[in-house]
Amino acid sequence: MNNGFSIKPYLLIAPYLLFFLVFVLFPVGFSFFLTFHNWNIISPMEYSGLDNYARMFNDRLFWQSLRNTIWFLVIHIPLQIIVALGLAVLLNSNIKFKNFFRASFFLPVIISGVVVTIMWQQLYGFHSGVFNHVLSKIGVSKIGWLTSETMAMPSIAIMATWKNVGLYIILFLVGLQTVPASYYEAADIEGASAWQKFWFITLPAINPTLFMVIVFSTIGGFSLFIEPYVMTGGGPLNSTLSSVLYIYKQAFEFFHMGYAATLGFMFALIILTVIIIQKRFIETKDE
Amino acid sequence: MRKSFTYIILIVGAISFIYPFFWMIMASMSPEKELANLIFLPESLTLGNYAKMFDKIPIGRSLINSVFVASIVTLGVILFSAMVGYALAKMKFKGRDLIFYIIIFTMTLPFQITLIPNYITIVKLGWVDQYTALIIPFLINNFAILLFRQSFMSVPQALIDAGRIDGCGELRIIFQVLFPLIIPTIVTVGIITFMSTWNEVLWPLIVIREEQLMTMPQLVTLFSVGGRAENQLGVKLASAVLLALPIMIAFIFFQKYFIQSMASSGIKE
Repeated sequence: MNNGFSIKPYLLIAPYLLFFLVFVLFPVGFSFFLTFHNWNIISPMEYSGLDNYARMFNDRLFWQSLRNTIWFLVIHIPLQIIVALGLAVLLNSNIKFKNFFRASFFLPVIISGVVVTIMWQQLYGFHSGVFNHVLSKIGVSKIGWLTSETMAMPSIAIMATWKNVGLYIILFLVGLQTVPASYYEAADIEGASAWQKFWFITLPAINPTLFMVIVFSTIGGFSLFIEPYVMTGGGPLNSTLSSVLYIYKQAFEFFHMGYAATLGFMFALIILTVIIIQKRFIETKDE
Repeated sequence: MRKSFTYIILIVGAISFIYPFFWMIMASMSPEKELANLIFLPESLTLGNYAKMFDKIPIGRSLINSVFVASIVTLGVILFSAMVGYALAKMKFKGRDLIFYIIIFTMTLPFQITLIPNYITIVKLGWVDQYTALIIPFLINNFAILLFRQSFMSVPQALIDAGRIDGCGELRIIFQVLFPLIIPTIVTVGIITFMSTWNEVLWPLIVIREEQLMTMPQLVTLFSVGGRAENQLGVKLASAVLLALPIMIAFIFFQKYFIQSMASSGIKE
């Protein structure tokens, strides 16, 4: 490589710079600008000062969508970790048909969320859904999976876990396989309990994966859209109104572009804050 | 004892992941009146739901749209991201670290912040109801750049020098000399990009309103939430089956590559 100035590298990265300017840097700036304006795209933009922010803090639906997302995450994250880790530990033992099991757990991961949602909507159906059908056969009363205000979000969280868990099974499996068998043998000689082995040998090995599962699931929770859009429309009584669905409604049903941008800005800040807190928490645990 | 317990859990697990798909396929082929009690197999199989669906929505056209958009995007991501990844890995230039940090920053940026302004950009460019709206914003990808950068770093410098001595330009070095050496990375980027483009719904819903231009997941979504399926479950499910089928078939044949690619998207983090 010679020391003279060369234009070549700049030509190679030029498409990226263009992409970054038009679809990343400009939108971030413009989004911030929009938060101080009222605009329905068609008529001229109106300066509105901090109105959008004031409105957001007094908006019952903003807080509701935030609470719904937290409720989703409280169910989804632990469930996902338990199921993924449990199945990964079982797959990590010396068993036959490993590839078949792996593939079947992975199948929902690659299928479109639309398909999964339409499918589960029928399984969750009150009168004719498979779940209630089975429940009534064993003498348990039917559950309003998607029609009850308390059950709708947990139902979506269960479905989302079912859809994504296959990926985390594979990731945990990779983490588990990095632990040399000799560690466990040594622990056995020392007389360590199963719990001690898990806490001192397994957990440190899968800690990075654990962190990733938590971060990805958090981002996933804040990105929920198609599930409530198709299954419930955000109902019943806004109990499944997700943050993205609320942004979508404000922007594309009511054409409140300024307010929708304010919501987007706020949710982005919340996501980044939550992830930074999670990083702190898990990294200190690592030491 | 312990072993059989392991197998029981794994088999129950496998069934719970496969059964909903099985049910959906059966339901899409059963007469409407049998659907309410369907658990396993319907008494008679019919393709009536599929015929009705083809009648109501341009599903064939949407399949072509989806294949077209996902293919172009995948091709673009591989070409442009490889160029940037190569420059970052093998060339020294002022601002290289800055570009790297920009990529990391962009990756961590939640899409909620850019969604509305990007829609406005598309409106102002006059790209609403055009393929360009579905293609241009996705032609380059931060994650793909990082994957390419990483695999180009492990390529011997001697190969590049030899290429230069032979008079190859940088593009020929990337695509002719080095590409054969990093095929696993190309496959990974290809699978991840194709699948995420294929499965994307929110963006098409926002920028495409003309039915003939809709992508397949978008059309199926609107068919399912709108009134046109006339509450006939079988017809809705038929459209969902058709949407799942191409990826399912690909998965059966290229299972190993799918799992490796998706897993590496997490591991390389």
